[in-house]
Amino acid sequence: MTNIVNILYLVACFLIILSIRTLAVPRSARFGNILGMVGMLMAFVGAFISVNLPNFWVVISIIVVGGVVGVYAGLKVKIASLPQMIAVFNGFGGLAAVCIALSEVIDFSKNYFDNMIGLVIGGLAFSGSMVAFVKLQGFISGKSVHFPLQQALNLLLLMIVLVLGSSYIVTQDIGVFLVLGVLVLFLGVLLVLPVGGADMPVIISILNACSGWATVGIGMSLDIMLLVIVGSIVGAGGSILAYIMMKSMKRSFFNILTGNFINSNLLKDENVKMAQTGSPEEAAFIMENATKIIIVPGYGMAVAQAQYAVKAMTDLLQNKYGVEVKFAIHPVAGRMPGHMNVLLAEANVDYSEVFEMNDINNEFSSTDVVYVIGANDITNPEAKNNPQSPLYGMPVLDVEKAKTIFFVKRSLGVGYSGVENPLFYAPNTIMLYGDAKDVTEKIVKSLELN
Amino acid sequence: MDIWIFLTIFMLACFVGYFVIWGVTPALHSPLMSVSNAISGIVILGAIISFEDVRNVVDLYLAYGACFLAAINIFGGFAISQRMLEMFKTKGKK
Repeated sequence: MTNIVNILYLVACFLIILSIRTLAVPRSARFGNILGMVGMLMAFVGAFISVNLPNFWVVISIIVVGGVVGVYAGLKVKIASLPQMIAVFNGFGGLAAVCIALSEVIDFSKNYFDNMIGLVIGGLAFSGSMVAFVKLQGFISGKSVHFPLQQALNLLLLMIVLVLGSSYIVTQDIGVFLVLGVLVLFLGVLLVLPVGGADMPVIISILNACSGWATVGIGMSLDIMLLVIVGSIVGAGGSILAYIMMKSMKRSFFNILTGNFINSNLLKDENVKMAQTGSPEEAAFIMENATKIIIVPGYGMAVAQAQYAVKAMTDLLQNKYGVEVKFAIHPVAGRMPGHMNVLLAEANVDYSEVFEMNDINNEFSSTDVVYVIGANDITNPEAKNNPQSPLYGMPVLDVEKAKTIFFVKRSLGVGYSGVENPLFYAPNTIMLYGDAKDVTEKIVKSLELN
Repeated sequence: MDIWIFLTIFMLACFVGYFVIWGVTPALHSPLMSVSNAISGIVILGAIISFEDVRNVVDLYLAYGACFLAAINIFGGFAISQRMLEMFKTKGKK
């Protein structure tokens, strides 16, 4: 019997690793997702064979109910709300780890350290994800939230958690464990509160990694190698995604957790400058006479739900006017890793027209028109040529090299970093003020008429 | 089991995760996150196994709760990623 269980676990492990490997490219990705499901099924079967449960049917029905809730929520949620839905699911995973750690401690489990890890990291994943959800959903401001002595409080709480965590291992007192659990929930809330706007995808990935590390703790506590392996893969994976994005913003983990852009107030330029304004009709005219257009989408496109209008505009330009249209995606555009790609895929944009920053950056100089929709900081040329700028060193899209640049924005405001974008005032830039969807739809209308 | 065996496996698995994730194209990072989210719900095995030695009611309901939450995590995560990947599929009819 144990052998059957072990074989099932082994196959599950193999399938889960293979599943992520197969997710690497769009062609095989759906198969990869199915491999993952089969792997999980194997793990389930193995677990149920390994124990003889008197309440087998109760457990099965609870899992089925949970599964139905999950699938229903996953299928019904709007694509625009995916980042917060993923945050919620992730939080539930973390809370599950907390529950298991608690139940083990009640069971007088001797694996004090492992349970403590499960509780602390799982708790952080849970409360942090819930705050991320509340922010992304718009229940509270998505911006960085600050209050006096915030960092001192966070540091203090972190110290207390570390001290209590170690003292639990020494004293093995269940009371300490419970207090630790409550404090960790507070810590998760406080740590994620100051994270705002464009830093969201990083924290989402880190929280994702946390639920992986919590799984490792539970796996060690209960002696299940499969949990250790899968948990570490998820943990390492989430950490890498976070690292990739922090690198593309040239932000440190500390800066993200404090929500700070260093010196961001030093650079306010008091001079009144004039930006050129244009109408959607003019934009349409310039676009239809172009040879090559690159569209740069940002979070603003997601907020305005403008991706379908953008797709309609792309189709008209390509089919009616024979213009070459490409999309340029900055690694941190949006609120979760790969957010823009999902939105464009939703609107049916062919992924062969969508390029990552490094693959398209040298094409801007040979481009007639760049259409920047709902993005700002990721196009700021000061990141390249002004060492004084807080953004200096962050890789950006070289949109300023194009002949004409259209910025679709609600106003001349600053981006998330609070830094002015000098590109707004460049002679070859034309601002199109208004809602991203409205403006794009007006362009589509003009393109249809002309 | 020996803690050193666990730590060795842990280290090796981190490397596997590192290399496997780097291979994923940035365009698919959202579905990737959703899948890894779903598979981290494998922590549910811990809940299933802990039913074997239940001490009291609190213990029992904690394990039930864990099962429910982790099941939402697993099934929801796979559902979302399948939905996203479906959108990446319907191409080539230009």
